[in-house]
Amino acid sequence: MNGAVEGLRRLGRTGLGFFERLGRGHLLLLHLLGGLPGLLPRFRLVVQQIYAVGVLSLLIIVVSGLFVGMVLGLQGYNTLVDFGAEQSLGTVVALTLVRELGPVVTALLFAGRAGSALTAEIGLMKATEQLSGMEMMAVDPVRRVLAPRFLAGFISMPLLAAIFSAVGVMGGYFVGVGLLGVDMGAYWSQMQASVDLYEDVANGVIKSVVFGFVATWIAVFEGYDAVPTSEGVSRATTRTVVHTSLAVLGLDFVLTALMFGEP
Amino acid sequence: MAQTRTIEIWVGVFIAAGLAALFVLAMQVSNLSVMGEGGSYQLQARFENVSGLKARAPVTMGGVTIGRVGAIQFDDTTYEAVVTLNIDERFNQIPIDTAAGVYTSGLLGEKYVGLEPGGADEMLGNNDVIRLTQSSLVLEQLIGQFLFSKATEGAP
Repeated sequence: MNGAVEGLRRLGRTGLGFFERLGRGHLLLLHLLGGLPGLLPRFRLVVQQIYAVGVLSLLIIVVSGLFVGMVLGLQGYNTLVDFGAEQSLGTVVALTLVRELGPVVTALLFAGRAGSALTAEIGLMKATEQLSGMEMMAVDPVRRVLAPRFLAGFISMPLLAAIFSAVGVMGGYFVGVGLLGVDMGAYWSQMQASVDLYEDVANGVIKSVVFGFVATWIAVFEGYDAVPTSEGVSRATTRTVVHTSLAVLGLDFVLTALMFGEP
Repeated sequence: MAQTRTIEIWVGVFIAAGLAALFVLAMQVSNLSVMGEGGSYQLQARFENVSGLKARAPVTMGGVTIGRVGAIQFDDTTYEAVVTLNIDERFNQIPIDTAAGVYTSGLLGEKYVGLEPGGADEMLGNNDVIRLTQSSLVLEQLIGQFLFSKATEGAP
């Protein structure tokens, strides 16, 4: 009897803890959004963060985009050639990248490359009491430290996803046209005939905007909410990568169902 | 100071590269360049059967895309499919006795509407109706007819 009550209590505590974190996350989001207008006169802060979050992620995005595109070219060719439809390779590569892989893989890489760094940086600032120091000087750390990073991630993510897709299409082109001998004109014209600017490209951009929002929000929140010890920061960093990946994959299904679910 | 400058230049390069990638996706990958910017005018065509034809399918003349299928509706008094064709306004010299047919590109490809020009002096204008139409080929019906004719051939 006592054991059962104790088990129930533990369950309740876990549930309460979960909702508490959820609530803190949303309060922080409100605070962040409130801090965005104040960034405009000090846009240099955001530019520095775009450098850290976006420019330094360029290499991994370009290299992975190229290889993902090349693999798509190879795999797509091997499947399509059985049906004598290797002319549609451009369509396959472009639609896969623009609709799905561009936004999703970029968001996953972004979580690993930039999100974890954001969490670790903010968590360490908290652990070394730099954030409390700012509060002592009447500087709001959310507006001074967190908001620029949030805005920078939000701006960088769609740009990174677009670069990923464009480089991937070129990678597919190198393998398909250069290596496997698909006709160059067919590669581009079939692609242009079946990829729609609004239906496919714009929806992909919307996806990457949503993922950028969620990924940076989680990263910033986990850092700000970390237990201020070295162990707490390391756990927060892990949580950032895991939660961002799960959120991105789950949201991707929802967004795809909303965008492409109905004919 | 010099470091801030480098950072700002790199951010500029990054944003320019991102916008350029979006531009490539819009112009090179999607159908923006194929669609053309100009306006269009509408033609109507009535078909007995348009199975497999979809909105936004190309409308071609002599193999060149001159427009897209707008809407496909069903007329429940004549039991015909009414297809609206959006033709690029650059191609406004289509004779009034033009024939329209629903064809397939390749054996398994997409359906499209092909126009065969006639010889009349009068031209089709906005919202005119194409009289001569040829229905979509339904593969099952064709195979059925073939089997049926084979069977009657074999009979004494």
